[in-house]
Amino acid sequence: MITQRLFVAGLTPRIQIVIALLVGAAVLVPVLNLAFPPSSPFHVPNYMVALVGKYLCYALLALALDLVWGYCGILSLGHGAFFALGGYAMGMYLMRQIGARGVYGNPDLPDFMVFLNWKELPWYWHGFDQFWFAAIMIMAVPGLLAFVFGWFAFRSRVTGVYLSIITQAMTYALLLAFFRNDMGFGGNNGLTDFKDILGFPVQASATRSALFAASALALAAGIALVAAIAGSKLGKLMVAVRDAESRTRFIGWRPENVKLFAFTVSAVMAGIAGALYVPQVGIINPGEFAPANSIEVVVWTAIGGRGTIVGPILGALLVNAGKSWFTGALPELWLFALGGLFVAVTLFLPKGIVGTYDQWRAVRRERRLAKADLPSGPAEAGDVRIVRASSATSPVPQGGPEPQPAE
Amino acid sequence: MTKNHTILYLDGVSVSFDGFKAINNLSLVLDKGEMRAIIGPNGAGKTTMMDIITGKTRPDEGEVFFDGTIDLTRHDEADIAMMGIGRKFQKPTVFESHTVEDNLLLSMKGPRSIFPALVHRGSIGEARRIDEILATVRLEARRADLAANLSHGQKQWLEIGMLLAQDPKLLLVDEPVAGMTDAETEETARLLREISKTRSVVVVEHDMHFVRELDVKVTCLHEGSVLSEGSLDFVSSDERVVEVYLGR
Repeated sequence: MITQRLFVAGLTPRIQIVIALLVGAAVLVPVLNLAFPPSSPFHVPNYMVALVGKYLCYALLALALDLVWGYCGILSLGHGAFFALGGYAMGMYLMRQIGARGVYGNPDLPDFMVFLNWKELPWYWHGFDQFWFAAIMIMAVPGLLAFVFGWFAFRSRVTGVYLSIITQAMTYALLLAFFRNDMGFGGNNGLTDFKDILGFPVQASATRSALFAASALALAAGIALVAAIAGSKLGKLMVAVRDAESRTRFIGWRPENVKLFAFTVSAVMAGIAGALYVPQVGIINPGEFAPANSIEVVVWTAIGGRGTIVGPILGALLVNAGKSWFTGALPELWLFALGGLFVAVTLFLPKGIVGTYDQWRAVRRERRLAKADLPSGPAEAGDVRIVRASSATSPVPQGGPEPQPAE
Repeated sequence: MTKNHTILYLDGVSVSFDGFKAINNLSLVLDKGEMRAIIGPNGAGKTTMMDIITGKTRPDEGEVFFDGTIDLTRHDEADIAMMGIGRKFQKPTVFESHTVEDNLLLSMKGPRSIFPALVHRGSIGEARRIDEILATVRLEARRADLAANLSHGQKQWLEIGMLLAQDPKLLLVDEPVAGMTDAETEETARLLREISKTRSVVVVEHDMHFVRELDVKVTCLHEGSVLSEGSLDFVSSDERVVEVYLGR
């Protein structure tokens, strides 16, 4: 009964453990980094803090995608756009913190504007010298874009591949726009050369540790949020929309509103991930809008297991750790390895790592129950039946993201 | 003919797809509390008629009124469902990755906006209603099972249960016994007769044995309009109906 209660809130034991691990890491890693001298075996080096902090931001992005793809069936190939927009909002704040310390020493304008001979700050840069304003924009800009985009797309009943393609077009359009110098976002070079965040030097290891802790806590909060949504009646409705959209419509729900909610919440999460990412890597440029980035997020999520909450996080961490190792050892082969991994997972683990593990556990449990029920049953026929029955116990859709035909 | 005492009133409805007249000057009146069986060969327009009533397809011309006064051509699927028209599809359509109970929970009458659903907590009244529906559709034992694991006939019943959870005034039931065993067919007839005590029902069905068991007024559609209407004996002795069914 108690476990069932927790299930309703979405906080399964597994999710509680992951949240505990993240909170633990948020405390422990800064301590190991700052309190132990580099000679100590317990010391966590600075580059490691920055690297894992970056991965945690990617994991939050993958979790955001999981909310729309795994639970709502919307395969967004443009989630990198929301991440980049959050990153740009943070980047604008960090640029304004440079003040007169830029190359040109202009206290009012960022370097690239001086370089372009701009005389005054464009209107949309106003307010970004205040952190609270930037923090609101980090959530509001991606959220608003997702809301407007989703409003039109879902209301016009654009689904499946068509929706995926227009999300891709959206991020590509933003890529082209942000490349232009006269957009006022630093063009090709983007925003970089940051000095301070909230008055602390960005490069200092204490600041980096704090950013790591913030990323871990943001991810933990994201997990709790997604778990709570997925465990609510709305979460069940999202899965229902994913599996049989027209049925939900004929019992009176409006699937477009369900999707719009998930898409907007997800975009806000992606924006926060981007904002935490930028001070840790020290740059944001239009390359973050590249369609390939968004597709990579889909690959992480698929590998970890969509619709499982923990899966996308695991996928993002594993693939990026692999990428860091691979690009060091065999840089020219990395894209082949990533592509091969995606193909292999699609063919052999269609539910991803976590989904496959869950399925395996369900099979074992049912087999144990079946054994207890009839000790001398025909093993082979029994196995086939059990596998088929348990393949449906995971909430992951069987046939990919295609929408079910309306009736 | 006054439409005030009707639950469903179709007059002169036509709709065509790419020049093909799927529904051609169709008129049909259903009284409150009535159960009606609709028969007709393939392509007679039975499913298109349901699409028009539930707002999926807009008619090119003609009037469609629900409950005497509501013009259904002005509303969309979700609105119409909320007004009290429930629809069962030809192919059973349930939420396969949810349990039987959750399928009913999602169909339960109540607010249909996002935030109430987000903070929804089950109530005792709701649980009791789910128990009642499970008993009505004979799925009490499968309550916690995934809908995907139900047999074909049980999925049909679950879908009917989902309609009941909506508490509709009018049920549109498309081929409820397709693919059912004889025993299941009889059980479904019993279920529909019971439902029709309190609600209006339109049943589309090919199975004449089942239609006979329902023992209600029958409308035979052909090429998008009404060919014959009356008791099953009257309709099945109508020469035009025989001609349509047996070929010319």
